[in-house]
Amino acid sequence: MSVWSRISNALQGERLNREIDEELQSHIEEAIASGRDPGEARRTFGSILRQREASHSIRAAGWLESLLSDVRFGWRQLCRNKVTSAAAVLSLALAIGSCVAAFRLIDALLWRPLPISGPSKLYVLSRKMTGLYGRPVEDGYWATPDFKLMRDAVKDQADLIAISDADRTDVTWSTGDDMEKAHVVYASGNMFPLFGLEPAFGRLLAPADDRAAGVAPYAVLSWDYWNHRFGRDPHVLGRSLHIGDQTFEIVGVGPRDFTGTEKGTVTDIFLPLSMSSFATQDRMDWHRIFLMLKPGVNPATTLEPIRQHLSAVNRAFGKACSTCYRGETKASIERFLNQTLVFHPAGAGISELQKDYRRLLGVLGLLVALVLIIACVNVANMMTAQAAARAHEMALRISIGAGRRRLVQLILSQSALLALLASVLGAFFAVWSAPFVLSLVNPPDNPARLALPADWRVLLFGFGLIVVVVLLLGLLPALRASAVRPVVALKGGEDPHSPRRLMRGAVALQVAFCLLVLFLSSLFVTSFRRLENRPLGFSTDRLLLLATVAGKGQLPVIWNQTAEALRAAPGVDSVAISGWPLLGRIKINSDISINGAPPSPTPAFFLNVSPGWLSTMKIPLVSGVDFRPEDTSPGAAIVNETFVKTYFPGQDPIGRTFERGANQPLNKIVGVTPDVPDHDLREPNRAVFYAPFNAIDDRSAPGVVEFATFTIHTEASKPLALAGSLRQLIAQRHNGLRVSNVTTQLDLVRDQTIRERLIATLAAFFAAVALLLAGIGLYAVLNYSVLQRRREIGIRMAIGSTRAGIARLVTLDVVRMIALGGCAGVALGFGAVRYVESLFYQVKATDADMIALPVCALGLTALVATLPAVLRALRTDPTKTLRAE
Amino acid sequence: MAKTDSLQGSLDLLVLKILSRRPRLHGYAIMAAIATTSAEVLRAEEGSLYPALYRMEEAGWIRAEWIKKDTGRRARIYELTAAGKKQLVAEESRWQSVSLAINRVLREA
Repeated sequence: MSVWSRISNALQGERLNREIDEELQSHIEEAIASGRDPGEARRTFGSILRQREASHSIRAAGWLESLLSDVRFGWRQLCRNKVTSAAAVLSLALAIGSCVAAFRLIDALLWRPLPISGPSKLYVLSRKMTGLYGRPVEDGYWATPDFKLMRDAVKDQADLIAISDADRTDVTWSTGDDMEKAHVVYASGNMFPLFGLEPAFGRLLAPADDRAAGVAPYAVLSWDYWNHRFGRDPHVLGRSLHIGDQTFEIVGVGPRDFTGTEKGTVTDIFLPLSMSSFATQDRMDWHRIFLMLKPGVNPATTLEPIRQHLSAVNRAFGKACSTCYRGETKASIERFLNQTLVFHPAGAGISELQKDYRRLLGVLGLLVALVLIIACVNVANMMTAQAAARAHEMALRISIGAGRRRLVQLILSQSALLALLASVLGAFFAVWSAPFVLSLVNPPDNPARLALPADWRVLLFGFGLIVVVVLLLGLLPALRASAVRPVVALKGGEDPHSPRRLMRGAVALQVAFCLLVLFLSSLFVTSFRRLENRPLGFSTDRLLLLATVAGKGQLPVIWNQTAEALRAAPGVDSVAISGWPLLGRIKINSDISINGAPPSPTPAFFLNVSPGWLSTMKIPLVSGVDFRPEDTSPGAAIVNETFVKTYFPGQDPIGRTFERGANQPLNKIVGVTPDVPDHDLREPNRAVFYAPFNAIDDRSAPGVVEFATFTIHTEASKPLALAGSLRQLIAQRHNGLRVSNVTTQLDLVRDQTIRERLIATLAAFFAAVALLLAGIGLYAVLNYSVLQRRREIGIRMAIGSTRAGIARLVTLDVVRMIALGGCAGVALGFGAVRYVESLFYQVKATDADMIALPVCALGLTALVATLPAVLRALRTDPTKTLRAE
Repeated sequence: MAKTDSLQGSLDLLVLKILSRRPRLHGYAIMAAIATTSAEVLRAEEGSLYPALYRMEEAGWIRAEWIKKDTGRRARIYELTAAGKKQLVAEESRWQSVSLAINRVLREA
């Protein structure tokens, strides 16, 4: 009660005074009424004012009253300089909003624990080994039989859970419906119980669903999918779901928050692990393995023995494969078996998105932090200038008895006011910008999705940020102001240079950080430009790609007939078929054996293509000829130049043969093409061979093709316009072929550079903001210093200083500070670059233009920012200035 | 004669005691009551009475209320709260022990 009444009394100070006066007045009246002499009564009572003051301080919270008056005073100060205050609030809002948005993204993707029980006890298993080309790689995917052995081996200390990554799969909700895409995850039945999850509805998958392959055709929908696909229809239970030739029954809906373990992707449908055809294959590494420690088990002491135990089981499993190492040398078998198991904490989930974007988000965090510091320094400079202008006032306050603590409070409350205003605006910015940046992360047809709640984590971060900003803004000016020596200040003799010295230091800091931001952004922008302009070696113009599936497979002849039908459609120029499109992120390698020798240590990648595919893609032949319609795979092959260099160095490859593994059928090279990037723009070219689309099996019978992509060159410049009619044309043939995805070759190329485009866009944006803020800061500091020194400038002019001399006087310090800051910035840049080099493409920090560009931009900004102040100094009229003094 | 100084530290006790016997008094009445019951020996000064009243109010020992007087003016009257009653017991026993101790010193020194 007491604290609240004191606070409420403080908020209503005037009313409190009136009440106290009234009570004291009534006391005197009582005294008079009881027969005392009025004059004597008043005299004994003493000064009412003093009584009231004494009483007031007891009944009202004094700290709050002084704070309120400080805030009121600060508000009046802000209102007095409307333009500067607005600029300060806006720049701070942008910086704070960006920081909060960056935090929301980083937290959501990398730090926020999964909504499961005991996320801190969850680990993910991966193995370090020597990969292709002798590079160390870390593989996080496992075969189901291996998983089962390992699960049983450690079942007393820990539970192993198998969860596949979400695969964007074609699903059909009833036989008549069109196919649609859904993110499907296969999970072992112990996942839901071990994660402590309860169904929102129906039941979840259970360990019983794992008991044998193919016995549990049940599906669980995620709450999110149930919500947006079915509008929370309770009748969804029992409905059939078709995936390929399998039919599943919906048995339940998962809990509301749980969207799977793969951060960045929202799982739509959970299926039992045992229902995947991969689950019985010994050599198919397709799902992740999570490890959940049993309750009460100490991770520090148990993890290592578990790891060693699992290592042994895994090695035995690898060794047991009899068919795996046909024709391989002992060394290469040993290289494969030499795997080191590692655990990573997985409480925050695990995903490729995390891996791809960890560095990028780190850079983003650095950029926004730098922009925040630059903005804070700007505003602190503004406040220092104001505080310097108020030196007399401060001195006066101190000499009439204001405590220094009170002065610090006065200035801090002003900076808190600024920070609060800015954070309100910044909150709006963060609400908008975090989802916006997230929407740029993945291709538009498969966007990254993350829960971005504004919960206590975000609020706590925001609050901490405000405290930091208030301190950054106010502490220096506050300490300066409270260090005022009243005698000196009131005499007007305080060192006029001291606030400028502080501000010049701030300029150097600002320039250093600004240059760092510019430097990084120029690296990212150049990197993106080079990647985007990498010569492709094939055409992207008017190429429509229809990814098509054929259930259990269809003979090549059917595929060719369909291609023929497409060719006859209006608006179609040419049609070819390939296994998958170039740069479609699919890569499959194959061993290469020459003349029956053991496979070469470097494998090659391959792609099945129909005759005419090369010409449709506008890939020329260096030598030899294209496939003929009767060519088969195995049988003929066309190879790229790297393939020739790798396997037939210095020889004419036409007519030579190779096998895909020891003792496999021969492939005769009929043509050679130039290198083209086949699955990743960032990687150097690999050895690639093209095989004919017509596959045959061991007995020369045609094999079936389950999926392929029609590559269609259209006459019109907008290939997607034809997609609908061609899709229908394929469906109408009723030959089992269905289009599962439509895209263009141009989009595939664009999708390759999404991450680089994103970081380049963000970096360029923050570079512009940083440059603008630094320019404003520089202008303000110089302008202030010219105003402060106008008497000195006047005198110098009066005694005959030249214009050049004046200009030098005004700018010399600042130029020095810019140079100092610039050097520091370049040094910081070189330090920072080491951590982000993996994001660059063919760009080095030491390239001369990478440094020259930011330095020029900064120099130009500095020039523009200093010009007004220099002109003002030169226009000083000595007679006027000196008379005014 | 003993004036304010003799009340040092015991003004709270007196006010609480007066209010426990006669609830709902205003400031002047409390002052007058202290004077009359002590046979004009003790006198609470206005300068210390009101701050003390406000302090005890903030501490939650007494509760204040505005009433209308016959003259049409308002007066602020005070009464004891439950916490005040407890405080009174504590202060009384403290006073007893202190005065006992002082008496013993006066007797035996």
